[in-house]
Amino acid sequence: MTRPPLHRIDPLGALVTAAGAAALVFLPFVVFKANRIVPGDPLGLLDVLPHWAGLGCQASLILVAIAALGVANARGRLAAALLGILVVAAAVAAAGNALTPAGNKVVRVAPGAGFWVLLVAFGLMATDAITRLRPGPGMRVLLLAVFLAATGLVLAHGTFDHLSVMREYAVNAARFAREARQHVLLALGSLLAAVIVALPLGILCHRVPRLRGGILGTLNVVQTIPAIALFGILMAPLGALAAAVPLAAKLGVRGIGAAPAVLALFLYSLLPVAANTVTGLRRVSPTAVEAARGMGMTRWQILTGVELVLALPVIITGIRIVLVQNIGMVTIAALIGGGGLGVFVFQGIGQTAIDLVLLGAIPTVVLAFCAAVVLDALVEVMDRTRP
Amino acid sequence: MIAVEHLSKQYGPATVVDDVSLQIERDSITVIVGTSGSGKSTLLRMINRLVEPTSGRVLIDGNDTASEPAHLLRRRIGYAIQGNGLFPHRTVAENIATVPRLLGWEAARIRARVDQLLEVFQLDPGEFAEKFPHQLSGGQQQRVGVARALAAEPNVLLMDEPFGALDPIIRTKAQDDLLDIQRRFGTTIVLVTHDMDEAFRLGDQVAVMSHGRVLQYDRPAVLLTHPADPFVTRMTGSADRAMRLLSLTTAGEAALPGASDGPAVAASASLRDALSDLVWQGAESAAVVDADGTPRGRLTLSAILAHGRPS
Repeated sequence: MTRPPLHRIDPLGALVTAAGAAALVFLPFVVFKANRIVPGDPLGLLDVLPHWAGLGCQASLILVAIAALGVANARGRLAAALLGILVVAAAVAAAGNALTPAGNKVVRVAPGAGFWVLLVAFGLMATDAITRLRPGPGMRVLLLAVFLAATGLVLAHGTFDHLSVMREYAVNAARFAREARQHVLLALGSLLAAVIVALPLGILCHRVPRLRGGILGTLNVVQTIPAIALFGILMAPLGALAAAVPLAAKLGVRGIGAAPAVLALFLYSLLPVAANTVTGLRRVSPTAVEAARGMGMTRWQILTGVELVLALPVIITGIRIVLVQNIGMVTIAALIGGGGLGVFVFQGIGQTAIDLVLLGAIPTVVLAFCAAVVLDALVEVMDRTRP
Repeated sequence: MIAVEHLSKQYGPATVVDDVSLQIERDSITVIVGTSGSGKSTLLRMINRLVEPTSGRVLIDGNDTASEPAHLLRRRIGYAIQGNGLFPHRTVAENIATVPRLLGWEAARIRARVDQLLEVFQLDPGEFAEKFPHQLSGGQQQRVGVARALAAEPNVLLMDEPFGALDPIIRTKAQDDLLDIQRRFGTTIVLVTHDMDEAFRLGDQVAVMSHGRVLQYDRPAVLLTHPADPFVTRMTGSADRAMRLLSLTTAGEAALPGASDGPAVAASASLRDALSDLVWQGAESAAVVDADGTPRGRLTLSAILAHGRPS
């Protein structure tokens, strides 16, 4: 193994170091608020920790910066990034504990902009290092599971209980579980419905090229309607349907609520799935299909045994796009009473309680990230045709 | 025996195959040769009904091919194409097992047949059965493609430019293998190519097609010595037709009685190769020997040259 010359500085490491240093110097590490609504006092890392701990923290972060700049070995970089995440997480937890008077449930200690910048910088460095290690699909899912388990353990242990977001969680725990489930159900339900409709549509477009332009064009137009506008457009007809058909109302179809939310997400999901189905089927080698016909496979056998199997990686890629997109977009469904984690986001905005917004936003981001990692791994496992 | 009777195919106003009739003998290799757009592939694809004829019919062993569903007909007819058409998501063994599985063979019988075919095509079953097509070389993929076409022991094998994607050295090897396979399994092979050398090398009978019509259908030697049409002459090439003619006869077939102290020539070598050998070595005659070295007779320069003229 050859060592890279010392003067070669890692560009991403330089970015991480610059952003981290700027965050430490110019941005508050935590914000201390007397209650959940008043604007708080910004505090730096050294202001909130005992002197020795603050120095230890800074020393560790300098070590991480050195690794980010000069270490080329991906394992070393990953270890340094994890150390960085661990240090800032521990520091913010310690700050929460130190600043909260015993038994006080009114003061709020919120992670400040500095903390978030540091976390994102180290997160970037960690994902970059993992990418350089080129882990297989199984390994990536395993890493994700370890990350989730570790985060879950730390949260369950109560390490962060004095931080504002966890304070909001403690107040809303029962609702949080309900809305989180609703969130996942809305995202998956609309996806499932979309796959059931869009897959045959895609196959039809492939088989009858004359229909392709019309069908995909229509779905494309649907895709361009802004989400909020689509919710609005759907409200009137669904409300009328509920009024006219009592059974529909009984099944939960109303102008507001989950029905227009699912319907809108379903409509948005059609294009990626249908378009990727068409692309996947077109990518299938024509000689393989010709050989299949020549050997006496029926059309159904060719479709299910050859064409769809070979198109599957591309179709799953479409499903990944839809799922990640839906998980994000379900948040807006809260506006029309559809529920989901967006409920906390919009309540938080209404109450100018940023902690409540984060309680809705952070899990949404984590959910979307997990969906992306798992489905990417699935695509790779299924694509057996690549060397 | 395959009887092609007054077969035509029209796409709108264009006539791609125009009233073609052929008698294809059992256990022979028939090559359909022509330029691109001559209708040769369409003619081949009408035999297994990948293309439905506009008029005319095809009989295999006296049975009209139109009398059963097309997909069932195709399972009884081997089909190999250019670029092999292997299923990239299935292993070599699964690819070869395609038609036997469609026919519902038992697993043990399928496995035995797959192993047998891999060995026939010089692919070690232990090494290759579980590989995916992308892990094989072009020549290996092509062999698997032919093995797959032969898997269900078809009496008839249709091949559409099967060696078109191979480089010249591998192509020659693949052609030799095909001749071996044909002798071994006694399959009736109909092969389409645009390559006259390939047609002469493989064909017991050669049909020359142009603009949807068969201009001449005969043994290769007759195509050379008695071309029925100027186009056939152009296709067979007038400049080296004498050498082509020599290449159609083996040293064993042309051997004269007696012995020679000239260089040894294998009985399986063509007269063209024997002539080249004599010219190169400056000899007047050669000793014809079997594969095991047994003398079979002799060949003289003048005897060889006599074979290169229309008689």
